[in-house]
Order: sequence, then structure tokens, then C-alpha cells
Amino acid sequence: MPEIKELVKGLADKHGRTRESLLPILQGIITEERFISDAAMTEVARELDMSAALVYGTATFYSFLDTKPRGKYVIRICRTITCDMKGKKQIIKTLEDLLKVKVGETTKDNKFTLLETNCLGWCHKGPVMLINDEAYTELTDEKVSEIIGDYMKNK
Amino acid sequence: MPDKKLKRVDLIFSEDSVYKDVLAESLKKSNEDILKDVLDSGLRGRGGAGFPTGLKWKFTSQEAEEEKYVVCNADEGEPGTFKDREILSRVPLKVFGGMAICGKVIGAKHGYVYLRGEYQFLKAELEKVLDEFHATLKEIGFDFQIHILMGSGAYICGEESALFESMEGKRGEPRNKPPYPTIAGFRNKPTVINNVETLVYSFMICRIGAQKFQELGTADSRGSKVFSISGDTPIAGIYELELGMSLEDFVEEFGDGDTKAVQVGGASGFCVPRKKFKDTIIGFEGVPTGGSMMLFNSSRSMYNVLKNYVEFFEEESCGQCTPCRVGCQQLKLGIEAVKKGDKSAAYLKTLQKLADTMKISSKCGLGQSVANSFYSIVDNFVEEMIY
Repeated sequence: MPEIKELVKGLADKHGRTRESLLPILQGIITEERFISDAAMTEVARELDMSAALVYGTATFYSFLDTKPRGKYVIRICRTITCDMKGKKQIIKTLEDLLKVKVGETTKDNKFTLLETNCLGWCHKGPVMLINDEAYTELTDEKVSEIIGDYMKNK
Repeated sequence: MPDKKLKRVDLIFSEDSVYKDVLAESLKKSNEDILKDVLDSGLRGRGGAGFPTGLKWKFTSQEAEEEKYVVCNADEGEPGTFKDREILSRVPLKVFGGMAICGKVIGAKHGYVYLRGEYQFLKAELEKVLDEFHATLKEIGFDFQIHILMGSGAYICGEESALFESMEGKRGEPRNKPPYPTIAGFRNKPTVINNVETLVYSFMICRIGAQKFQELGTADSRGSKVFSISGDTPIAGIYELELGMSLEDFVEEFGDGDTKAVQVGGASGFCVPRKKFKDTIIGFEGVPTGGSMMLFNSSRSMYNVLKNYVEFFEEESCGQCTPCRVGCQQLKLGIEAVKKGDKSAAYLKTLQKLADTMKISSKCGLGQSVANSFYSIVDNFVEEMIY
């Protein structure tokens, strides 16, 4: 995997090769790849001269450092009670229909992964979702269809 | 009985045309004068725990170590809280100003903002503002550098010692205390860690003086506070209010006319039912809050609310200590079993005992505070738990 090797080396050049560099490097891999593969973890371990178990242990602690394959766009819907009260369940249903996957799954073309997450900090504007780092608030069925349509067509 | 009426305040988000002057003047004051102001103001931490800010600064300033740090806790993860995002997007300079003043008092050259991963979209703009801020500091002639580190979706990292672990590139597992951060924080060096909002108030106290701040609030809860208001309310949003009001006043202002309960302080806070609104004070002498206020009207099932919270804790428990890890799982299974009728109603008492055990034996605030919402919801809405 020469690409991963290049990516990890670049990130280590930028963030350093100490224990403190580990999280920024793993976050950098997520930004590029959307998930951290076994090969990537092994490469980070080699580059930072630490055990792969240590890299794995750290990565798997954080819910945004996915270690399972993810689509190009990771959709995270807030499942906290206030978003729930504003109709989160309906939004999930709409997303599942649009993407033809269930929560936790990735579309066949590897473009979208649908997940739930804890409070996103937009409780006054629920329901809310993140697509990668971008927040979308006050979701309705129409709004979701529009947003996803745009991602399907233009991204 | 509360004697304060609900009053809106405008300190945090107020326009500040003299920002640079305030910063420059504050950085010229003696450390003793600043400490005296922050102590006299009575400011207590706005993240929820409420430790006196001046004392934190004082203890850290007394440490002899060469290397010290200021950390801004922007890992706002408590369900129902969104004030820190708002503060960081609207008045980031005040946050950075508070950090620099703290840095001066304690003798730190570096400050860190630990920003939750969910707020990644704020980072680019914050870095731009930081460039401007560093230039201002250079003009003033004060040597202090602020860095932004990102979290990655772990609620527990809002716990200060877990946050340090995460900053050090490790799993965000809370440490044993003592030692406290004032002695051994980030990199095991003396560290002041303050909530975003606390840092802005520190800055504002330097701006308006301890006296003006102290005139607001009550003896135990000085000043004002930013509230994140959500749920069944026609006017959800961010409001800065004087501390010490009754929950009744609060509900009158923000409720939808049919409020049956308010969850004060998020999932780790307390549920107050309608009959107790009148006698409940919002503040450290009554029910404290990091800002989260979730309103529920009579159409809501409090069982669903509790289940949502318990699921949240089950997932966010770091798993390091058994009472919290297993306790959260069992509380969830327990209320489900009672609801289904697999267990009798009396089993709720057993579950409350388990919550008690978690309170006294969990390692950190997460496990210790699960009992807050569990007790207050089960006690006040027991019939909704069973039927």
C-alpha cells in the first residue's frame, strides 16, 4: 500500500513522531480515507516506532476514528433525546430510503455510510446531522432529500 | 425560596470595541491584582462542576515548576449543551483573551484549546482569529501561544484528566485524583483547565471589575450564565441569564405552557418535575447546571428520556472501571425488563441501589453522576417506568 505509506509519512512530517502526534495523525488519516485500515495502523506504528497494539487501542477508543471501512461521506445523525423529539426517527427512515442502507451500513458504491451519534451540540435546531465535518440543522424530509441529492450528483 | 427574578444579561456576547485596550491593560496589571479580582468576583467554573476559578488560578500560580499550561475545555458533549460552540463562533477573541490573562497569572507560555471533533467546522475560522490574536499579543509584547487540538467524538474527554490523556495522544481514560491538574495536568505539569465560558467571564471580570460581576447572582452563585435551552419550548436557543432564579420563573419564560419536567444539567444532571419548579433554584445552592436545560411537556414519556440517557452513558463510559462499565449496562437492561414486565416494579429499587454504588465507587464524574438523572427520573415518574 504505497499510498498509505506516503500519507502516514506526510502526516508524521507535519505532526511529529511522538506519542502526542498519534491523535492528529489518526485524525489526518480519517480526513483523507474516512477510516483507519489495519494497514494504516501498522504503518503508523512503524513510522512512530510504537507497537501496533498501542495504535489500535488508541484508535478504537474514539468513535470518530473509524476502523471499519466507511464511505466517502459519513453521515452521523444525532440520537440525543431533543433531536429524537423533533423527529429524528423519520429523518433516519428518509435517509435509509434514499440511500437504500440501514443505520451502520455503507452504500454499495462506497459513497455514503449512515451512522447515529451522540449529542452534536445543535439541540435548539434539531434534528441535525453531520456529513463528514459539515453540520446540517433543522432537517425535514425535503431538506434531507435535497442535501443527499446534491451529494449524489455533485460530489 | 429564591429571591432572584429571571433577568437577561449581556456580558458574554456583548460587542467589545475596546477589546485590545482591555487585554493590554490586564496584561500590565500585577498578578496579585488580577487574582484578587477573579477571587473576589466569586466566579465558579461554568462547565458544571463549579470549582472557584480564582482558586484554580491561585493554586497553579503557586507551583514552582517552570513549565505550566492553560487549557480551554471546548469538549462540549453534555446532551443539551451548545453554548460553547456559540461562544467560540461569536466571541473567540474573548476566550483567547481569558486564556492569555490566565497564562500571565500562572506563568504559562502555552495555551491549548481542546475542541470536540463534532466542531471541526469551527477550526479554520478559529485559526484565522488566532493569527490576529497572536499579532495583538506581539504588539502588546506578551509572549503566549495558543494551539488548537481536536477531539474525536468521546464524551468522556470533557472530564479534565481524560482530556489531558487525549491531548497526550492516549485513550481518553480519566486518571486517579489527586493529584489535581493544578499540580499535575497536561504532561503532568501544573495546568489550569477552564471551560470556554469560564474563560470569557474571567476576561469580562478584568473588563468590568469584580464588583459589577458580583452584583449579579446570589451568594453561592455569583454572576450570570449562558443557558442552552431546548426541547419543548417555542424559543429554543442560547440565553445569558442571571443565576439564582427559580425554575418556575424559567419555565414561565421558556416553557410551552404544558411543561411537566425540566432536565437541568443534561444527562448527568437532575430531572425536576412540575411540582418542584417553585422551590428549585438554578444555581450552586439549588440545582447546578453546565447550561443544559431540556424541557419536556406532558406528551413526552419520561421512560424514553431516561432510556435515552442511560444508553448514552452506556456508550460513552470509557470502560476503565467496573462500576460504571457494568453499571450502565445493567441499568439499561433493568429498566427495559421492568417496562416489559419481566421484572416487578420493586426491581427499580434494586436498580437505584446499583446507581448508589456507582456514585460512590466510580472513578470519575461520568459514573458518579449517572445516579443523578436515574434517581430523579425514577423517583418522580415511577408510574411511567412501569406502565
